[in-house]
Amino acid sequence: MSIGAPTPRPFLEVKDLTVRFETDDGIVQAVTGSTFSLEKGKTLGIVGESGSGKSVTSLALLGLHRTRSNAKVAGEIWFDDDELVTATDEKVRLLRGGKMSMIFQDPLSAMHPYFTVGSQIVEAYRVHHPGVTKKVARERAIDMLARVGIPQPDRRFHDYAHQFSGGMRQRAMIAMALVNDPALLIADEPTTALDVTVQAQILDLIRDLQEEFGSAVIMITHDLGVVAELADDVLVMYGGKVVEKGSALDVFRTPQHPYTWGLLGSMPRLDRDVRERLIPVKGSPPSLINLPDGCAFNPRCPYAGRNGNRSFTDVPVLREAGVGTGAGHLVACHLPAEDRKTIFQQDVLPNL
Amino acid sequence: MLAYLIRRLINAVLTLIVVTFVTFCVFFLVPKATGSDPALLYVGKQADPAAIAGIREKFGFNDPVIVQYGKFLKGLVFGRDYVSGADITHCSAPCLGYSFKTSQEVWPLLIDALPVTVSLAIGAAVLWVLMGVSFGVISALRRGTIWDRSVMTVALAGVSLPIYFTGLLSLSIFVYWLGFPNPSFTPFFDNPWHWFTGLILPWITLAFLFAATYARLTRANMLETLGEDYIRTARAKGLRERAVIGKHGLRSGLTPLVTVFGLDLGALLGGAVLTEAVYNLRGLGYYALNGIRQSDLPVILGVTLFAATFIVIANLIVDLLYGVIDPRVRLG
Repeated sequence: MSIGAPTPRPFLEVKDLTVRFETDDGIVQAVTGSTFSLEKGKTLGIVGESGSGKSVTSLALLGLHRTRSNAKVAGEIWFDDDELVTATDEKVRLLRGGKMSMIFQDPLSAMHPYFTVGSQIVEAYRVHHPGVTKKVARERAIDMLARVGIPQPDRRFHDYAHQFSGGMRQRAMIAMALVNDPALLIADEPTTALDVTVQAQILDLIRDLQEEFGSAVIMITHDLGVVAELADDVLVMYGGKVVEKGSALDVFRTPQHPYTWGLLGSMPRLDRDVRERLIPVKGSPPSLINLPDGCAFNPRCPYAGRNGNRSFTDVPVLREAGVGTGAGHLVACHLPAEDRKTIFQQDVLPNL
Repeated sequence: MLAYLIRRLINAVLTLIVVTFVTFCVFFLVPKATGSDPALLYVGKQADPAAIAGIREKFGFNDPVIVQYGKFLKGLVFGRDYVSGADITHCSAPCLGYSFKTSQEVWPLLIDALPVTVSLAIGAAVLWVLMGVSFGVISALRRGTIWDRSVMTVALAGVSLPIYFTGLLSLSIFVYWLGFPNPSFTPFFDNPWHWFTGLILPWITLAFLFAATYARLTRANMLETLGEDYIRTARAKGLRERAVIGKHGLRSGLTPLVTVFGLDLGALLGGAVLTEAVYNLRGLGYYALNGIRQSDLPVILGVTLFAATFIVIANLIVDLLYGVIDPRVRLG
């Protein structure tokens, strides 16, 4: 408890979070110096390609790197005035699945194949409500299944994950994550494994439930469409670092980082003419064991080298994006603000 | 479910019939191919031609093979009479014929041997499952530690050392040096304590071999399971690590072992040949070995059929059990 603090801490505040894995091949710098915060009822979108550190960040929040993992976590995670990096395992375990919970990417593999869906939800409820009878927990589970829109929940309660369709499975997963009314819900690519038609339903569901429960949501995705639809704030990650941060409106209207431009350019859009082809971000994601010197994006950045050698030697720091951007819009790029504005207006915007 | 059960049962019976046919062919055609005369094996070397002819007629060696096989099947189900003139020998069902060497009926001989083999197999099975699974799980949980490495090294030794080596080694250490009583079989209902003490050494020897395999298997299964997404989900729910491993991990880590265990046990019930030979326990394996040594074809045939039956039954049970323990296997 921070008594007499001048400004109250945000509901979730992550400061300088660093996660590394020691492997035989070397140290994997999965997340480096990640800083962000989130208030109740708000949604933070974390965007980036595979291996950018999105999922590792979320697992670190839940303390899932603590057990049977070679991960080293440093930094601070303040969650409702509790610091989680230094907290005891038991304390984090009690928060996990209770006050904070997570929806995983592929609900088929994320659910145990040998236990019924209902019993898995009951289990999640009873861990955090030790005194509750099986009957009460069962009613609670069926109630949750109904609330996430599963028809005949009292019958589906006894089914196994493989007997559910993809969408229904993800609904059940959401029911399991929400069964303890979490104040923080982390959704790790919740729609990636689903049909496009089902994706929208699931996103709607998450939004509705968020309004109902007032929880804070972290939406991890590589799909900018999802972020545009749900997020209040956006974090763009590249090579384990936050490269751009701001309100969703700002990031979509005046994106600052060349990587964000690339992501936007590679997104198909229905409201524009059919172009020849999408513009991919050239090259491939960097190795987290051997990050490029300087800006990690420099090998793929079309504008690297405009600034002397700084792109290749100095790691850019995250700071205010400057001229013509919203407050709190941060970017880690060596390009001067004016240059970014000009390039965006001339090169990038016409192609979006 | 019932239809599936019936189909599987019919399947098992058909398999057994095929097995009887194949074994019958092998054991009654091979002498023909090699030019040895089964009738001669019965009567011994000094017999006169009339006696040989009598035996030939009595046991139907003059009939075509298919007729002989038909009589054999009939004997299995209904019993049969061996007739040569006025000389009638009745062999009641299930009739596996007579030993060439001792002229005893094979079926009662094998039924007498069965408790030895069953005691040996089941006692060893309890030991090796307990040891193999617990060592395997602990190894998986402490992967890469000195504990894991030592267990896996011992397991490797267990897998590679043959029973006739470990068996003789244990005999020389425990019986000859330390003065433990020589392993022997006492029926369980006569004296459970003697039953136990008489079999403990063979159990350990046999279990060592299997425990090693099971430890490696369990370790590999557990490591694979612990990397699964649903284990992460179990942790994300806030379950205690004990529940994560003990409930979610073991449930899927041990399921594949059921198949292996069923088949191993089934095969062992057909006779643990080496162990029985090393410790001189008169089980099915002992008679199989003896039968082979003395070209006692009816005994070999009998043991083979026993073994095959156990394996077929074990297979059937494993398949049925799998439908229960793995909900993804649909029966129907």
